[in-house]
Amino acid sequence: MGERKIIEYDFGKVATERMRVNVGPQHPSTHGVLRLEVELEGEIVTEVVPHIGYLHRCFEKYAEEKTYPQVIPYIDRLDYISSMNNEWPYVMGMEKLLGIEVPERVEYIRVIFAELNRIANHQIAVATFGMDAGAFTPFLYFFRDREMILSLFERASGGRLLYNYYWIGGLAADVPPTFKEECLNIVKTVRKTNAEIDNLLIYNKIFIERAANVGILPADVAINYACSGPVLRGSGVPFDLRKSEPYSIYNRFDFNVQVGKGEVGTVGDCWDRNIVRMREMEESCKIIEQAVVQMPDEGNVQEKLPKKIKPAAGEIYCKAENPKGELGFYIVSDGTAKPYRVKCRPTSFVNLSVLPEISKGYMIADLILILGSVDIVLGEVDR
Amino acid sequence: MALDKENLLNVIKTEFPDFQIYEHRNQLTIIVQKEQIVGFCQLLRDNPSTSFDMLIDITAIDWLDREPRYEVVYFLYSNRNKSRVRIKVAVSGENPVCPTVTSVWESANWYERETFDMYGIKFEGHPGLRRFYMPEDYNDPSSGEPLYPLRKDFPLMGVPDSLPLPPYTEKFGELK
Repeated sequence: MGERKIIEYDFGKVATERMRVNVGPQHPSTHGVLRLEVELEGEIVTEVVPHIGYLHRCFEKYAEEKTYPQVIPYIDRLDYISSMNNEWPYVMGMEKLLGIEVPERVEYIRVIFAELNRIANHQIAVATFGMDAGAFTPFLYFFRDREMILSLFERASGGRLLYNYYWIGGLAADVPPTFKEECLNIVKTVRKTNAEIDNLLIYNKIFIERAANVGILPADVAINYACSGPVLRGSGVPFDLRKSEPYSIYNRFDFNVQVGKGEVGTVGDCWDRNIVRMREMEESCKIIEQAVVQMPDEGNVQEKLPKKIKPAAGEIYCKAENPKGELGFYIVSDGTAKPYRVKCRPTSFVNLSVLPEISKGYMIADLILILGSVDIVLGEVDR
Repeated sequence: MALDKENLLNVIKTEFPDFQIYEHRNQLTIIVQKEQIVGFCQLLRDNPSTSFDMLIDITAIDWLDREPRYEVVYFLYSNRNKSRVRIKVAVSGENPVCPTVTSVWESANWYERETFDMYGIKFEGHPGLRRFYMPEDYNDPSSGEPLYPLRKDFPLMGVPDSLPLPPYTEKFGELK
């Protein structure tokens, strides 16, 4: 046995120095290929500089070289977790440019699929957020349930992730015959799992300690940065295009806009952004239940279109409430079969731009959590 | 909605009487002189009857044959009135410079960087106008000039002499 040695160390003289750390581009918690240049003082984050562009696929340039319907598959690949929602604003804008009314049945199917996709997106968002905080089990539960939604999408459109299902003037195909029962079945399962997740993750003491009062985003800052979706609603601003500027048939449904109230911490912290997503799943369930009852059983799902789609010269900005926020397409037509300019107003890109603002002064471990709570998809950030 | 539109038009007509306004498919567009854009945006944000507190997007359009060549487009949204408006600014092709609106809305920072990266429009007074998606050294190898991919005269079949093509096995014949 050696002798115990007493080491004396003067902690008053520990030198701290600022250092710059690269998080990513290949880092599991950046949810894709994002590089964050982080300046640290000890463990405290003093500056964050996001570097993007690793997944840039020139969507807007491609769109200028394709005909109008050929753009839709590229739009699927922007936010690949909620492809159904992505296609909608573009298709809606094209229908307005061409002056087409879509059949009633199509509108209902579009609403149901968009809401199902919203549930699937929020399931991933909450699951990965939980995983960033160290909870692995909810991830598996959510992915088990998401499978039901994906298999319904697969039977309707043929694809599990990228659907190309919303077409100009209608849909690619009719829904399977057991559509309504399956939707109600999914709603039932989603509710059951969400109740379980509430106990397991959301109101868990460890999770609350970890997520509450972290990454506080005040409402005025969120508006100044033009955030939208759960990020803005988590700060207490009831900004929801389905309610404020109802498109399609959303004015026929009864649902609430969920906002963060700061139940366990401050308004606009990570926990608030997360609970908004959890509660929106319930709102989506409500919309699906109402839509399934109101939906006509029979009907055409594709409006007659001219063989070549050539809208008159003009421009339109069409937007919809994506699961992540406002997704808009600014389409400029010059009267030919190809769009002159398609500009995508990306949600994740704008929501990510607030990250340097809200992560200053927190620990580096919190930075990962804040990034998870903003819920970005790099396919949409980079386009 | 109608009242908001009247309000907005009144505000513009009293403060900036020479601006052109047109409505296309129910969407209002205001054409603004380049020099007045910052003051005009400030007015639209701070005036209580308009209160456009969100800058939804900034983009540009390249009209290759026209002069002025570029149009910078701003999309505004008002949380109070739930109304939207579009502002267009013409920017010349020879000297593409436009004042920045980052002093009015923080969100303009990233939008303007993206527009600069894609069109080469320089936003004067921007806090960090660097390349965003493209590499920092994305230049034409023969002339050394920076390349801007969304311009309509960008070479679509690849930048000449930029990257050598990967080696091609002979059994597939000549590379076309």
